[in-house]
Amino acid sequence: MAAAGRTHAGRWAVVNVVVVLYALFPVWWIVALSFKDPGTLTDGDYIPTDWTFENYRGIFATSEFTRALINSIGIALIATAIAVVLGTMAAYAVARLRFPGKQVLIGMSLLIAMFPPISLVSPLFNIERIIGIFDTWPGLIIPYMTFSLPLAIYTLSAFFREIPWDLEKAAKVDGATAAQAFRLVIVPLAAPGVFTTAILVFIFCWNDFLFAISLTSTESARTVPAAIAFFTGSSQFQQPTGSIAAAAVVITVPIIVFVLLFQRRIVAGLTSGAVKG
Amino acid sequence: MSTMAEPAKAEAKDTGGKALSAGARQERRLGWLLCAPAVIVMIAVTAYPIGYAVYLSLQRYDLRFPAQAEFVGLTNYGAVLTSPFWWDAFWVTVFLTAVSVAIELVLGMGLALVMHRTLFARGTVRTAVLIPYGIVTVVAAFSWQYAWTPELGYLASLLPEGDAPLTEQWPALWLIILAEVWKTTPFMALLLLAGLALVPEETLKAAMVDGATPWQRFTKVMLPLMKPAILVALLFRTLDAFRIFDNIYVLTAGAHGTGSLSILGYDNLFTALNLGIGSAISVLIFICVGIIAFTFVKLFGAAAPGAEVKR
Amino acid sequence: MAEIVLEKVTKRYPDGSLAVRDVDLDIADGEFVILVGPSGCGKSTTLNMIAGLEDITEGTLRIGGRVVNDLAPKERDVAMVFQSYALYPHMNVRENMGFPLRLAKVDKETIDRKVEEAAKVLDLSEFLDRKPANLSGGQRQRVAMGRAIVRDPKAFLMDEPLSNLDAKLRVQMRTQISRLQRRLGTTTVYVTHDQTEAMTLGDRVVVMRQGVVQQVGTPAELYDTPRNLFVAGFIGSPAMNFLNASLSAGSLHTPLGELPLDDRARQALERREAPREVILGLRPEAFEDASLTPRTDGPVVTATVDVLESLGSDAYVYFSAEGGPVATAELEELATDSGLGDTGAGADQQVVARLDAATRAREGAPVELRVDMSKAHVFDPSNGANLTHPERE
Repeated sequence: MAAAGRTHAGRWAVVNVVVVLYALFPVWWIVALSFKDPGTLTDGDYIPTDWTFENYRGIFATSEFTRALINSIGIALIATAIAVVLGTMAAYAVARLRFPGKQVLIGMSLLIAMFPPISLVSPLFNIERIIGIFDTWPGLIIPYMTFSLPLAIYTLSAFFREIPWDLEKAAKVDGATAAQAFRLVIVPLAAPGVFTTAILVFIFCWNDFLFAISLTSTESARTVPAAIAFFTGSSQFQQPTGSIAAAAVVITVPIIVFVLLFQRRIVAGLTSGAVKG
Repeated sequence: MSTMAEPAKAEAKDTGGKALSAGARQERRLGWLLCAPAVIVMIAVTAYPIGYAVYLSLQRYDLRFPAQAEFVGLTNYGAVLTSPFWWDAFWVTVFLTAVSVAIELVLGMGLALVMHRTLFARGTVRTAVLIPYGIVTVVAAFSWQYAWTPELGYLASLLPEGDAPLTEQWPALWLIILAEVWKTTPFMALLLLAGLALVPEETLKAAMVDGATPWQRFTKVMLPLMKPAILVALLFRTLDAFRIFDNIYVLTAGAHGTGSLSILGYDNLFTALNLGIGSAISVLIFICVGIIAFTFVKLFGAAAPGAEVKR
Repeated sequence: MAEIVLEKVTKRYPDGSLAVRDVDLDIADGEFVILVGPSGCGKSTTLNMIAGLEDITEGTLRIGGRVVNDLAPKERDVAMVFQSYALYPHMNVRENMGFPLRLAKVDKETIDRKVEEAAKVLDLSEFLDRKPANLSGGQRQRVAMGRAIVRDPKAFLMDEPLSNLDAKLRVQMRTQISRLQRRLGTTTVYVTHDQTEAMTLGDRVVVMRQGVVQQVGTPAELYDTPRNLFVAGFIGSPAMNFLNASLSAGSLHTPLGELPLDDRARQALERREAPREVILGLRPEAFEDASLTPRTDGPVVTATVDVLESLGSDAYVYFSAEGGPVATAELEELATDSGLGDTGAGADQQVVARLDAATRAREGAPVELRVDMSKAHVFDPSNGANLTHPERE
């Protein structure tokens, strides 16, 4: 019995290790590359023989990367903030209020969630050039917040639905106005959901590549994923591998930290809408 | 002290159309007010541009010669649909979508079962699995590219000397699938895990007592109960895979017959600078996605609206 | 503190369905009134309308003499206790109880004093700094009560406040609520689906069915003189027994045998021109073990005992009466609501008699039962009206 239990546990351990390796190996590979000096870059080793920060120093010395990093952070944060605010308002209405047109709103968000971004690239490219926001922060913030709105609305309305109706009724009977009930009861309880949604939306904006390369043309609004793709080596014959690896690690670290800290919440947020469907 | 009503059937008295009460009216107004900003943004940034794309697609509009823009009807569509480039990209996209979603479903189900059943280190496994989800696709794509680049990568070194898989169509397509599967399987697994959580433990125990083998329990009890979750996951992943762009752009840039529809649309716009043709492609992709979504809903009976969206 | 008056209060939903219809109710200052009925009878809707959580479609609602139809809940000055308690999970007990006062902009010291007073009354003093998640069910229930009493409202509205507690605690809290209400003397409207709670707690009980008030009265009135089949079947546990009967020459022909009516009943039936086919209602205690009772009046019937339940103080004897069960819409609704709609009990009408614990009745053996016909009720099957109700119409 005990032996059987041990082999059972052993089998799970093997499976778990395989899963973890599967998930982490490509990440480790790019981390290893980022610490290799140009001489050993091609040795194919999983662990750098000579550790060097040269690649990192290199990318932070150029405005090409630092500017892109600022763009990435700024654009993602602003888009997240707007999407979460608008999403919270709509999600509250969807979860709590009866009004005609609710189904239309839900259907429309679903449609946008399925929308192929490439279909928007050509018209947005032209529209943004005409109204002069091509290659600016708003030029990226606007599509980002739009495409993350459905995500925000679904996740948040799932969270709102979990707040018992009775609490709002109780607040009203206790003498609260609608605004007080929202501020003193709903907001504190919804905060975890709003936070989770913000993380998911941020990851979405942070990840985007298609809009970033299509709607920017210079450093002024280009985000890191797009900038990496345009990295060039210091000479024509040198591949920018080390720089790309270092830049990749830099933009990966915050996401990994988020994931480590808020694993449970992210899972809850990602699956909330799907379960209640 | 009090009167009482006769015992009566609660039939609605006919009062004609009574106006909504003040509370209901207020609720309605608040609902609209709260939704308005989101709705306006969504319409302004998607509905209007797609309409504009339809308009552009009916023009001859080359960015190099903007002065020559003129209305040409469906000519652009004709040009696209008779072009081998469109059909090559179309079949590449269909192939990538079908194969990667199929693999993801199987792997994702396995992963979900591992996360659901594993007795220890559950947190570690879940966190590890979330990492591919969180990583920027472009970063992961570079990691794969370097892994397969001769003289640089650990995986390329496993291949015979002189093999450069990313420069040949079929190996490259499979590597693109690999990258796509690695990145998105966790998402699939999480959606399926949520579905697994809906399978009551007692039902499985009952099946066990009834003499079902583990395989039978999986196919006859779990899968049917998980059907809604599976359909939602499939729908979203299919639509998402259909717009594949990042991985291909980094891994092959669409060379060697690996370009997807999104790559084609991008190239037409930014390399060929042909806004008319590019817009026609945009509209056609939009129609394809619409057809997929419609088929899913028709074939499998509405994959619940209100479902989770990608990322 | 105030009286609450409902005049022809009606609630109709936008889809046209009628949840509450023409409710007239006069609740005196300080009175404890129970709204009771099966689920969906409109009792909670009525309570919500009094609280201001639902709009009143038609009719007038007055609290303390003022028409409050269009006032928001906060302006009505009523406190409510919810079935789920609705405690704010992010506030501790002190903050939960003080919340209404905080909203009313009462100064901090007064809030603290009042909260502590209420906590003492409810035995919550040591839990004031805990979050609701760290309280037991009974403690949460008391916090919900505390939140209601700190503000000294015009009225307490309670929506099944005890139904989430286990049976033992429920009985305990029932007496506590009763004591508290008497001490504070605050007008209270209490909703429950549990007729035992209704009978033990209220000064008066309002029985509702399908949005319509069936009868208003003291617990004793409802029990002894139900106005109709529904009230008769709903109030009392075990429920009243019903038998199909045909009336001829002042006597009822029933599956149990010939049962002559007493004068009171005969006159009432004549006065109301009763139909031939009626329903006879007998409470379990209308039967007595013939060998134990000193009485000699009233008919004696013989029945074969199916099941005997000895409770120590009493013995319940179950037997079946031939001739098929009594079927009316009212009784069907009651059976469905109490979960007895589908017990597969068979085709015969089940009858239960409450006998003295000393009874010698044995399962499977016949027993002689004397029927106290002064406690018999006769109902009109067509509309459920109690034909033997003493009130003249």
